[in-house]
Amino acid sequence: MKSVSRSPFLITMLAFGFAFLYLPILLLILYSFNESRLVTVWGGFSVKWYAELFQDAQILGAAKISLTVAAITATLATALGTLAGLVLVRFGRFRGRTLFSGMITAPLVMPEVVTGLSILLLFVALEQLIGWPAGRGVTTITIAHVTFTMAYVAIIVQSRLTQLDGSMEEAAMDLGARPAKAFLLVTLPIIAPALVSGWLLAFTLSLDDLVIASFAAGPDSTTLPMVVFSSVRLGVSPKINALATLLVLGATIIIIGAAWFMHRQDRDRDRAVARAMAEQKDRE
Amino acid sequence: MSESSLPAAHQQRSLQQKRIVPPNPEPVIVIDGVTKRFGDFTAVDDVSLTIDRGELFSLLGGSGCGKTTLLRMLAGFETPTKGRILIDGQDMTDVPPYARPVNMMFQSYALFPHMTVEQNIAFGLKQDGMARDAIRARVAEMLDMVELSALGPRKPHQLSGGQRQRVALARALAKRPKVLLLDEPLGALDKKLRERTQLELVNLQCQLGITFVVVTHDQEEAMTMSDRVAIMNQGRILQVDSPHAMYEFPGTRFVAEFFGSINAFEGTIAEDGLTHAVISCPDLDAPVYVNHSVPGYEGSTVWAALRPEKITLSKQPPADPARNVARGVVEDIVYLGGDSTYLVRLESGRRIRVALQNLTRAAEPEVTWDDAVWVSWRPENVVVLTS
Amino acid sequence: MIARAGQWVTEVLQAGGRRLVIAVPFVWLLLFFLAPFAIVAKISLAEFRVGVPPYTPLFEIVEGAWLHIRATLGNYAYLIDDPLYVAAYLSSVKIAAVSTVFALLIGYPMAYGIARSAQPWRNVLLLAVMLPFWTSFLIRVYAWIGILRSNGLLNNFLLWLGVIDEPLVLLNTDLAVYIGIVYSYLPFMILPLYATLEKMDLSLLEAAQDLGCRPWKAFVTVTLPLSLPGIIAGSMLVFIPAVGEFVIPDLLGGPSTLMIGKVLWSEFFNNRDWPVASAVAIAMLVLLVAPIVFFQRYRMRQDEKAREAAL
Repeated sequence: MKSVSRSPFLITMLAFGFAFLYLPILLLILYSFNESRLVTVWGGFSVKWYAELFQDAQILGAAKISLTVAAITATLATALGTLAGLVLVRFGRFRGRTLFSGMITAPLVMPEVVTGLSILLLFVALEQLIGWPAGRGVTTITIAHVTFTMAYVAIIVQSRLTQLDGSMEEAAMDLGARPAKAFLLVTLPIIAPALVSGWLLAFTLSLDDLVIASFAAGPDSTTLPMVVFSSVRLGVSPKINALATLLVLGATIIIIGAAWFMHRQDRDRDRAVARAMAEQKDRE
Repeated sequence: MSESSLPAAHQQRSLQQKRIVPPNPEPVIVIDGVTKRFGDFTAVDDVSLTIDRGELFSLLGGSGCGKTTLLRMLAGFETPTKGRILIDGQDMTDVPPYARPVNMMFQSYALFPHMTVEQNIAFGLKQDGMARDAIRARVAEMLDMVELSALGPRKPHQLSGGQRQRVALARALAKRPKVLLLDEPLGALDKKLRERTQLELVNLQCQLGITFVVVTHDQEEAMTMSDRVAIMNQGRILQVDSPHAMYEFPGTRFVAEFFGSINAFEGTIAEDGLTHAVISCPDLDAPVYVNHSVPGYEGSTVWAALRPEKITLSKQPPADPARNVARGVVEDIVYLGGDSTYLVRLESGRRIRVALQNLTRAAEPEVTWDDAVWVSWRPENVVVLTS
Repeated sequence: MIARAGQWVTEVLQAGGRRLVIAVPFVWLLLFFLAPFAIVAKISLAEFRVGVPPYTPLFEIVEGAWLHIRATLGNYAYLIDDPLYVAAYLSSVKIAAVSTVFALLIGYPMAYGIARSAQPWRNVLLLAVMLPFWTSFLIRVYAWIGILRSNGLLNNFLLWLGVIDEPLVLLNTDLAVYIGIVYSYLPFMILPLYATLEKMDLSLLEAAQDLGCRPWKAFVTVTLPLSLPGIIAGSMLVFIPAVGEFVIPDLLGGPSTLMIGKVLWSEFFNNRDWPVASAVAIAMLVLLVAPIVFFQRYRMRQDEKAREAAL
């Protein structure tokens, strides 16, 4: 079936599809280096918008809030999501399992406006009832973000755990490790890459979220997407282009770096296996 | 040749003696100088082969020997880099798979998981635009043939491994192909089921008279089922013969070792006559005497090869201790039920395998570990190989 | 005796540990994901009032002893009466459905091409599909503003080519919303499609050809039905969030673009009418409950299959 991959139709579709996915981003990056304020006219190369970006106190403040929220969210979501994934794969049947797995999947497809509105109304109701949370801010945004990102972590961990050979944990227990210890010593190191991708995904989703944060935020907790959104509503601005370029660049470096790191680990392992097999052959 | 000295698997071949072999063999497949390269790798290297109508032909070899590539070229999934393939007199080299008069039974069975057993079997007939009633009748006939009539409405995942294998067979035979290609047809079955299915396949092939080309890595399977076997290695065909000829008259040490087990001793021809020859092997105490002519000349290097079951083992010296004997110590015994394999360490240090039938139920075998023994063989049982 | 007591303690701890592992994520989701919907449902039955909070309480203790329940379906009646809401729902479903079809038409050949390409390429292409998903959604939508505006890059390019004489109105139209949704959600369509196509046993296609199918017919009779789970999953992943999309219609759509997510947003933030916003949210959930349940069942079946395969 090698001929299929050389089908002109498929190659055209792939080229068209990737152009569609990447051209807008590339144009955005290109025009962030535009001297002219008019975004459609090329006025020569310049990095002045980057300089302006770093003098904009509102953007810098929002970026700080967003990064803090994203880091805390990612860490909490990874912890909770890992537990949830573990429960889904290893705990068999228990009362409420269907509800549980429903609550894991639903946030993946729930419209953001609904999630945002509902969690805000919860915070309002809680404040009336027990006086907590007093007002809204970084804490409420973080709770809202943990809730919708932990589902993504749980799905990643779940799919990694289902691929995993359960007999490894059994072997650890057979050799005397208690279940919790077997999990910590054997399973956790093996699924560590999934935890890393889960953390990165939760971080990105949190950093990226506009709608849920808009509902859960208070007056003193404007996040970066909220600043970008209100600025973009007024039209295209080269400063936002510069910010976008930095965000795209950051994400690209982290993702390609992570992929390269995992690829290298795979390759090293394959090489080690090949070497071991060659050595064995020599001995024979 | 004494019948009783053959190994168990070999005796099952009696099945084939019942087969009606057409008096005038007529080629149905002609493979003419076919080479297949994938990049730098030559998978099939200048193979020429003729397969006759009504024959059960096996392609035997280890993994990567090119047997599957050759089969896939017959089916049309690969195009030869060089050479031609004729099926029933027509050049098929560039004909796509869907237009060839052959069908294939896949190693994985490749049953369509979203279709029932009946729909799977009807699939090929539908592509030919056969009338609905005719399809229904043919499907029923096929299901009956493989004894699965009750399971027509099931989906493949509701079947056992053996049942899936039979559905795959029925699907491939439904179009009455001129040739059925079988890729490791029994590979996924367990041992017991495999032996039974071997016989079923042979019987079915006899009944239908369709040419079967089987790819297998299992020499026992090839021996049991085939009219003829081709042994392949590194893309080339080493020997094409009936299982009997392949076993008793191997052409090379590779074939002899691949098709059964053999003890081969390197030596030089000491005496070369028209009706006999003497070979001196450094690893054996006495010269090897052969009562037939041998390839080569005096002084050339040859291998004297002996099948394990054609060697006798005794504690007493044989009648003629001057030739075709060696002394040694029993180092190991592998008990296999019907027979046992003795590993005897000769005085030269070489080990020799001897297979003996367990004819009595004696608790203690006559010859046991660490016994000093004589091994000996008859002059007509030596195979002399030059490579 | 002591040993047995020790073992007992361990067992209790282990049973407790198991319960704890389930309880922590379970309680979190109950509190912060499920409970809010009950509150939304409750507030959707309340009435708007000026104050903090901007809705009337559902339960009130009147004259000391009487529990007075003040529930009203007025908000829902309002949704049905006012043609704006019904139109917004229908338009959201239409826009989401059309976008899903286009995402499928673009995504399927791409997923197929990636699944059938040789190994080093396959990973690179897959990474390239996922990469935009990791970069800011807001910014990817924003990028289209610069392209689609009347003095934007696309219009300038077309004018330069001479295809058009005056700029086309592209931004703030439904077309821009379609483009934005397809663009943003394309990776969600490709990934599940790729997963089913990549898993597919290629010998099934060979078997179909061996039995007399031409390649395109083998595709229609074998590949397409076998990739149906991927088609369904991908379509749900695009359709469901697209129905409630807010950012794309707000930034790319025009004043005539009606989408329910935008309506909810403006009810809440502009009109500050929380009860009506809640009613809109509940109505949206009712609309989406069928596709969501469908998607859930699909995912559970996939889980079971994966678990069976792992055993």
